[in-house]
Amino acid sequence: MSDFLLLFVSAAFVNNVVLVRYLGQCPFLGVSNRLDTAIGMGMAVVFVITLATAVTWNVQHFLLVPMNLEYLQTIAFILVIATLVQLVEMFLQKSVPGLYRALGIFLPLITTNCAVLGVAVLSVQNDYSFVETLVFAFSTSVGYGVALVLMTGIRERLATAPILTNLMGTPAALVTACMLALAFMGFAGMAQ
Amino acid sequence: MSVANEFTKGLWKEIPPFRLVLGLCPTLAVTTAAENGMGMGLATTFVLVCSNLLISILRNVIPKKVRIAAYIVVIASFVVIVELVMQAYVYPLYNALGLFIPLIVVNCIILGRAEAFASKNSVLPSVADGLGMGLGYTLSLTFLGAVREIIGNGTLFGMSIMWNSYEPFALMVKAPGAFLCLGIILGLMNWIGAMQKKRG
Repeated sequence: MSDFLLLFVSAAFVNNVVLVRYLGQCPFLGVSNRLDTAIGMGMAVVFVITLATAVTWNVQHFLLVPMNLEYLQTIAFILVIATLVQLVEMFLQKSVPGLYRALGIFLPLITTNCAVLGVAVLSVQNDYSFVETLVFAFSTSVGYGVALVLMTGIRERLATAPILTNLMGTPAALVTACMLALAFMGFAGMAQ
Repeated sequence: MSVANEFTKGLWKEIPPFRLVLGLCPTLAVTTAAENGMGMGLATTFVLVCSNLLISILRNVIPKKVRIAAYIVVIASFVVIVELVMQAYVYPLYNALGLFIPLIVVNCIILGRAEAFASKNSVLPSVADGLGMGLGYTLSLTFLGAVREIIGNGTLFGMSIMWNSYEPFALMVKAPGAFLCLGIILGLMNWIGAMQKKRG
């Protein structure tokens, strides 16, 4: 149990996927304008990353390794992720319309989110078991959501702040991300 | 638009990631040294040119409904080729770039150019566009890598160029430095754009 707690803390905070590992930047800077879209995106990310990593782990261990096709990992994983997201979107639209209205528009956007493919490849590289992979994927995406919501809160304040015209928008967001990353560096060394 | 125009727009006016704000993950992650930035840029350029070429050739054959999946298959195939070639011939660079080589497949630049340009234009403009964007990307990555390496490490391409008592600003080669550098450069690009607009 304490192993999983350690895994959770290290994946969500110490090695935060967006502020330390540099994954998932484009939506991080693109969707962090309003709090409700950010929360929706965060939930969608948790959902997709956990589900996609669960499936890709099985593809790696039961399909690619036995058939000696590890070099096809990139193609196999991205195809699995793209198909999975498409299927999930169709399924949600038909059966759980409430959830679809909350997350639906973000799902196609998440397919090309490097965080999804990144986490899938990382859990294979780190040689986790299936349960460890699930915990890792879940914690990573929760960390993503936390960073996203923090960023959005700050950006909403910045929108009305007096800053240089040329620094408005993305440059200011990047400098904010710098401060957030600096803060998260304080977590380093916690997971010993 | 002439072919030459397609090529040059990727080098300044629509340079990713400084103007188009696309493909940020590798930009921030691999630019800890100028050499890594250049290597990543060249790998991405190769994939971009080849995928633009193939998608432009096949643009009338791929059905609209499955086009994103088709583009991803094309791009992923070239990424696997690049991965294997780099692993065989430039192993230290392959290790330095690590996770971000397979992540070229979800680089928004490549999918973005395929969707916005290669699927609607003929072969030669598409290749020129891919080459221009790719070289622009390589230039920006090398530049950002150089800035971070000089300030954060005192070296450029592995050769030490700062004065001997220079204490490297190590934060620059870590995560916060990446965000800070990119933010300032984007601000500078905005300023230069505003100046050009005022003059012209």
